[in-house]
Amino acid sequence: MLLLNTIAEFFQNYTIQIVFTGSLILGITAGCLGTFAVLRQQSLLGDAIAHATLPGVCLAFLITQTKNPFVLLLGAGISGWIASLFLKLIVENTKLKKDAALGIILSVFFGLGLLLITIVQKLPTATKAGLDKFIFGNAATLLKQDVMMMSAFSIFIFLVLIVFWKEFKILVFDRDYAASQGMPVHFFDVFLTTLIVIAIVIGLQTVGVVLMSAMLVAPAAAARQWTDRLGVMLFLSALFGAISGTFGAITSSMVSNLPTGPTIVIFLSIFVLVSLVFAPNRGLLWDWIRSYRNRKTILTTTMLQNLLLFSEIQTDPFHPHDISALKAIGRGAIDKTMKELSRKGWAQQFEDKRWALTPKGLDKARKLTKEYEETISGFSSA
Amino acid sequence: MDSHQLDILILAALTAVTCALPGVFLVLRRVSLMSDAISHAILLGIVVAFLFTKKLASPWLVIGAAVVGVLTVSLTELIINTRKLKKDAAIGLVFPLLFSIGVILINKYIQGVHLDADCVIFGEIAFAPFDRFVINHIDLGPRSLWTTGAVFLLNLTFILVFYKELKLTTFDKGLAAALGFFPTLLNYLLMTIVSVTAVASFESVGSILVVALMIAPPSAAYLLTNRLSTMILISGILGILSALGGYFLAYVLDASISGSMATFAGILFFLALIFAPEKGILAKILVRRWKKWNFASETLSVHLLQAEYAHAEETERVVSHMSDHMLWNDDYTSEAIAQAIEDGLIRKEGNRLTLTPLGREKAKNILEKK
Amino acid sequence: MMMTQTTKITNPAIDVTDLTVAYHEKPVLWDVDFQAPQDTLLAIVGPNGAGKSTLIKTILGLLKPAAGRIQVFGKNYRPQSRLIGYVPQKGTVDWDFPTNVLDVVLMGRYGHLGWFRRPKVEDRKMAVDCLEKVGMADFMNRQISQLSGGQQQRVFIARALIQDAPIYLMDEPFAGVDAATERSIITLLRELKDKGKTIICVHHDLQTLKEYFEWVMLLNVRAVALGKVTDILTQENLRKTYGGKAAFLTGLKEEEEKGHASA
Repeated sequence: MLLLNTIAEFFQNYTIQIVFTGSLILGITAGCLGTFAVLRQQSLLGDAIAHATLPGVCLAFLITQTKNPFVLLLGAGISGWIASLFLKLIVENTKLKKDAALGIILSVFFGLGLLLITIVQKLPTATKAGLDKFIFGNAATLLKQDVMMMSAFSIFIFLVLIVFWKEFKILVFDRDYAASQGMPVHFFDVFLTTLIVIAIVIGLQTVGVVLMSAMLVAPAAAARQWTDRLGVMLFLSALFGAISGTFGAITSSMVSNLPTGPTIVIFLSIFVLVSLVFAPNRGLLWDWIRSYRNRKTILTTTMLQNLLLFSEIQTDPFHPHDISALKAIGRGAIDKTMKELSRKGWAQQFEDKRWALTPKGLDKARKLTKEYEETISGFSSA
Repeated sequence: MDSHQLDILILAALTAVTCALPGVFLVLRRVSLMSDAISHAILLGIVVAFLFTKKLASPWLVIGAAVVGVLTVSLTELIINTRKLKKDAAIGLVFPLLFSIGVILINKYIQGVHLDADCVIFGEIAFAPFDRFVINHIDLGPRSLWTTGAVFLLNLTFILVFYKELKLTTFDKGLAAALGFFPTLLNYLLMTIVSVTAVASFESVGSILVVALMIAPPSAAYLLTNRLSTMILISGILGILSALGGYFLAYVLDASISGSMATFAGILFFLALIFAPEKGILAKILVRRWKKWNFASETLSVHLLQAEYAHAEETERVVSHMSDHMLWNDDYTSEAIAQAIEDGLIRKEGNRLTLTPLGREKAKNILEKK
Repeated sequence: MMMTQTTKITNPAIDVTDLTVAYHEKPVLWDVDFQAPQDTLLAIVGPNGAGKSTLIKTILGLLKPAAGRIQVFGKNYRPQSRLIGYVPQKGTVDWDFPTNVLDVVLMGRYGHLGWFRRPKVEDRKMAVDCLEKVGMADFMNRQISQLSGGQQQRVFIARALIQDAPIYLMDEPFAGVDAATERSIITLLRELKDKGKTIICVHHDLQTLKEYFEWVMLLNVRAVALGKVTDILTQENLRKTYGGKAAFLTGLKEEEEKGHASA
């Protein structure tokens, strides 16, 4: 009960409520759109666009002289969108590759933003304008109106995703085929990029431009490991984004000197790491177990067939062989393999470390050899 | 201009050239974004080394940075090799994590030293002249001028010594491996060089703008030349121009020097993108316009030749038929016919088009050429 | 000598005239004429870089021609009219995409469904039917990354079948598939042809050309020849298509002579 009370008190705190809601919305939205970014192999596009929003924020402030979040974020969005057009311009008109174009856009736009920030800071009207919170993000400075605006944007994104679900799905999977069915693929390309720009803008105040890309990439990368369905992946990605976002934001606003963006990234990375290793089926752990089992099966069946081969020369199929002879022809840890064979009842050990087939083992070995020969002849006849 | 300003200017130019040298190979090898990843991630190496040595001017910081730089590359490759994630996602996961750990360590454990997250992002070249390199009470100039100079020499030596190997592994990795040139080893060496360059430039221009200096001048140079050696030279020159232009831009606007340098590098790239003699957008538009009509007049003559071969009826060769058949609009068709007549490929008699001997020759060549 | 060998076709399913396509002002197809007769199996054959895939993509409206006219059943073609089912090269998509076999086949219904509407039970039933036709019904819930090359191709063909189009364009449907799949695909294509469909495939293997297809178009940037396989597949035409160096064609020559001797 005490714990529940503490939690209840915790959520009655106004600042915490704001931080919690804001980072929840951010995590869900970024998780959803990150799914498409990762599947389109555009993970680093988010990084470039996020950095490119900075000059927009500064220019919006310089022009309007207000810190109204809507105005600043509108500036951010326009600037990010222009950056994505520049990217298209470079990639489509030169032989420069996408990575170079992304690098240029990312760093030059950010440099311009920096130049503008220093100008803003020297303005007499800018009482420490607080624009630098856009760089690393600070969830604690979120206001109610910020969260309202973030919700509006993310509701828009959800509606669009629901309405155009099958269109986005086929666009990402097979663009040419979509076009062959008469779908306006160019329009949807730009549309999807615009949605990604909006998701980035939502996160700017909380995570900041430097780490916003991780907010897009990590939840989707983790979610991909757990499922083979796009819809489930989107849901899990939103869930992972929401958990990392809220945990990170709340931790950072409760512990002193803990910046929000990096804290969220730590939580995100834990999700990715756990997913890469432990996700059922796709996880590395299962890969390792599978390859260990495969190796064991191959070693035991090969040994069994070797024993059969030996025994036919001897005319007595159950003739015992010295372990050293088996070691000379076999691979891997022979002792372990022989134990496995005897555990299965396919071979038995005699005194002085000699091994022989059992009747059951002989049957199995003959069956294996027959299957093997059938596979070979099947290949050659096909 | 006082001596401090001169110091800053020299340091800016030297940093730009130092970054441009490895940058050329990053751009050509299509791994430009590794500069972004490395320049962020090395913060972790610097912070950890600082926590042990408690000194900002320790060579351990450079070593720590280089180690983490190589770690970034190998972790990224490790993830790619599991085939669970694609390359772009792997890069986008590794460096934010390493960078975040670095930032958190700074915020929690390092206070009041000239090493904070802002300085990492922004760099502050304007402070560089105040950190002097003094031996036996003799002032040898700003310390960062010496470190950057050393890294410049290192990069120059690296490129001169391994020029042939770098060239081969960049353009034909398979052949390089077959000839025993260890492309993987060379790749790691290059990434180490990038890390060391980033750590040296970091203090002056900050981690993100290192990327601007490494990628923008070589990309502009790529649009201006087709030769590797010329590309390196032009990259260096454009780097210096970015530094000088950026400095004066900052002076005029009273703004961040590093931000202005990146902006100026971007302006130079943009100019190259538009005006580069062969690969620029303007040149392409002009060539495209020229080729379009050239192409249209050739298409017409090929069509007339095919019609001759097929002994097609007269209607195939009539002006009005052309726009109908080629699905060209009338303006385009008359423009194309005018062009073809001007090129001496066809003749127009009344309403009827015929090939000139030259036109027939040309159309035959086009058809026979694969 | 330059004259192209063509056969006059009445009421073609696809009628391409004077088609020129260029990438960056470099011509990939030069003044190509191409007619595909209705209910046939037609192969487009030619060396690498001959513009075979370009021709298919241009007919589908994925590439914009520099000049020329494309008509399908006598009308200018727009992809929205969905008269053509398309089977792209299977290497063009990411097979690690998180989706299953049934879902991929359902994508073939998206064009019919139009905006906003989701696939319904009938669509699913159709998808299962199409999977049955290609022998993949048992795999309908399988993740696509677990399919072999032959199975991937069958899924792509099922996705085209569900479109129930009168014309099918297939880009190398036999590339990288096992022998059993190749046989079952050709059986299926013959069935489609018997139902009055027109099937056009980019094909690579000259050895199986005669056995699989009735009609052939030889293409190398320009149209070399078009007609019945038996009329068109001559040494002379192949030399024009592939150039003189094609040593592997000698086997075919012997076959041709044997054919003449027995005739």
